[in-house]
Amino acid sequence: MANKIQYIFDKENLKKSEPGKFKAEDLQHDEMIINIGPQHPSTHGVLRLEVISNGEEIVDLAPHMGYLHRCFEKHAENLPYNQTLPFTDRMDYVAAMNNELAFAMGVERMLGIQNDIPKRVEYIRVLVAELNRLASHFIALGTYGMDIGAVTAFFWMIRDREHILRMLEWVSGARMLYNYIWIGGLYYDLPVGFEERCLEFIKYLKPKLEEVQKVVIDNKIFIDRTANIGVLDAQLAINYGVTGPMLRGSGIKYDIRKADGYSVYPELDFDTPVGKGEMGSLGDCWDRTYVRMQECHESIKIIEQCLTQLTGNHKRTKSFDPRAAVPKKIRPKAQELYVRAENPKGETGFYFKADGRSDIPFRCKSRGASFMNLSVVNEIAKGSLVADLIAIFGSIDIVLGEVDR
Amino acid sequence: MTQEEIISKIKAQFGDEKITELENCTPKGISIQTEDLIEIMTDLHNTEGFYFDSLSCLSGLDNGPEADTMEVIYNLYSIPYNQHLTVKVALERKNPKLPSVESIWRTADWQEREAYDMYGIHFEGHPDLRRILMPADWEGFPLRKDYKQQEYYRGVKVEY
Repeated sequence: MANKIQYIFDKENLKKSEPGKFKAEDLQHDEMIINIGPQHPSTHGVLRLEVISNGEEIVDLAPHMGYLHRCFEKHAENLPYNQTLPFTDRMDYVAAMNNELAFAMGVERMLGIQNDIPKRVEYIRVLVAELNRLASHFIALGTYGMDIGAVTAFFWMIRDREHILRMLEWVSGARMLYNYIWIGGLYYDLPVGFEERCLEFIKYLKPKLEEVQKVVIDNKIFIDRTANIGVLDAQLAINYGVTGPMLRGSGIKYDIRKADGYSVYPELDFDTPVGKGEMGSLGDCWDRTYVRMQECHESIKIIEQCLTQLTGNHKRTKSFDPRAAVPKKIRPKAQELYVRAENPKGETGFYFKADGRSDIPFRCKSRGASFMNLSVVNEIAKGSLVADLIAIFGSIDIVLGEVDR
Repeated sequence: MTQEEIISKIKAQFGDEKITELENCTPKGISIQTEDLIEIMTDLHNTEGFYFDSLSCLSGLDNGPEADTMEVIYNLYSIPYNQHLTVKVALERKNPKLPSVESIWRTADWQEREAYDMYGIHFEGHPDLRRILMPADWEGFPLRKDYKQQEYYRGVKVEY
C-alpha cells in the first residue's frame, strides 16, 4: 500500500478545477491580476479573491469559493431530520445555536407541534441563541479590529467570547458545535446554578463592552479606516439579498425577530439598531460595525429578560422534562415549507420538501446569510483601494462554513 | 393584504389558466409556466401592493427519473409589506432551462449559479453561469436523484 499512487499530479490541475474568471489577455494598460487567498488571514477562512487592480485601485473582483463545501444538502437528503440537526451546527460554526433553532423550528412547523413546546424550553432556546449571537458578534468585532490593525480588541473580544463558550459548554457539553436544541425540545434542562452565573457574566460584560466601544468604535484611527469606505446603498443591498447587520447598517430597520415574531421574541422588549451615517455616509463599514456593537447591547437586554422569566414565571421544577414534546417519529405530511430566522449574519432559511412517506426530507435547501452578503462585495469594492478591500471584507463578516455549506 | 388576496389579485391580473395555486405550501404560493416567468416576476417586483423586493431563496429540485420533472422554487419576500410568496416553475428533466431572473434581483446571480451547479439547470440570459461550489471539472450534477459519483477524481477514489 505504501507505494500506491494517491493523486495524479498535473501542472494544469488547479487551472482546470478552479479556472480564473479574468484572463491576462483582456487586461488594459497598467492593470494586473492579484490573487488573495485561499489561505489568507483576512479572508476569514478559505476563500480566494481574484482582483484586477490598477496600481492600488481595484478595477474588478471575483470571489471563488467551495473549498469548504461539505454537501449539507446531499447529507440532508440521506438522513432523518433529527440526524441532520448536528450538520446545521457546522454551517455557521460560530453561531451554531441559531442554526439549530432555525432548523428545529422548521421541522416543528411541518409536524404542527410548534405550539406544544413548553414556554421554558422556548426561553432557554432564545437565551442560548442570544448568548451565541454575542459570541458571533465578538468574533466579528474582534477580527475586524485585527484586520485593520487594532489587535487589542481581538484579545479582549476573544477573552469574553471564551466565557460564553465555557457557559455553553456547561449547558451542552460542547464548546462550539452543540446539538443542544432538539426538534420539539432540548437535550437537557439548564444546569443548576446557570441562571446566577449567567447574570454574573452579564454584569461583568457590560463595562467591557463600553471599553471596546472606546478603544475600537470611537477610535480616530478606526474611524479613518472605516468611515466612507465600502458604502452600500439600501436599494442595492435589498436587491442583492443582503440581510442582517449589513442591511441594517444601510439604514433599513428590518429584523426577522421583529418581522416574523418567532419563538418568544414578541414577548421580549428590544430595539433594532440601524446605521445613521454618523461618521461618514450611510451604509459604510463604520455603520455596519456600529450596528453590530449596538446589537450586543440589545442581546444583553434579551438575555436579562430571559433570565428573569427563567427564574420567575417559568422556574425550574422537578417535573420539568425538556424532552417531553420531542416526537418519537418525525414523519411530516407531504408539504413544502420555507422557514427563516435572524442569525447574527442575517437571514438563515431552510426550504423543506417532505413527501409524507419517509422520515427523510425529499429536499432540504439551506440559505446561507453569508453567501448572499458576500455576493455584494464586487459591487461595493470596485474603485476602492486594495487596503480598503480588507476593511470592506471584514465588515461583511462572513463565515466560510456558511458560504460553502 | 393577506396571502389569499395576493394570489387572487395575481390570478385576476394574469388569468386563471396561467396561475395554479400550490397545495400544502407554507408560505402560500403559485405555480406558473416558464414562458410567463419574467413577465410575472417583473410585475411582482415592481407593482405597488406587491413589491416583492427580496428574493430570499431560490432552490432547484429534482423529482427523479420516474416523475421526469425538475422544479425551481422562488421564495419571495416583501420588506415594505411584510409578505411572503412562493413561486414555482416546473421544467422537463431532459433539458432543464428557464429564463434567468438576474435582471430583476441581482441576488439571483449566485443562487442560479448554485442551482446550475447542483442540478444542471440552465438559466438563459445569465451573465456568468459557472459552477460555484464544486470544482469546474467535476462530472455530473450531485443533487440529481439519479446522480452517480465519478469513480476517480485525479486518481483519488471518490467513494470513501
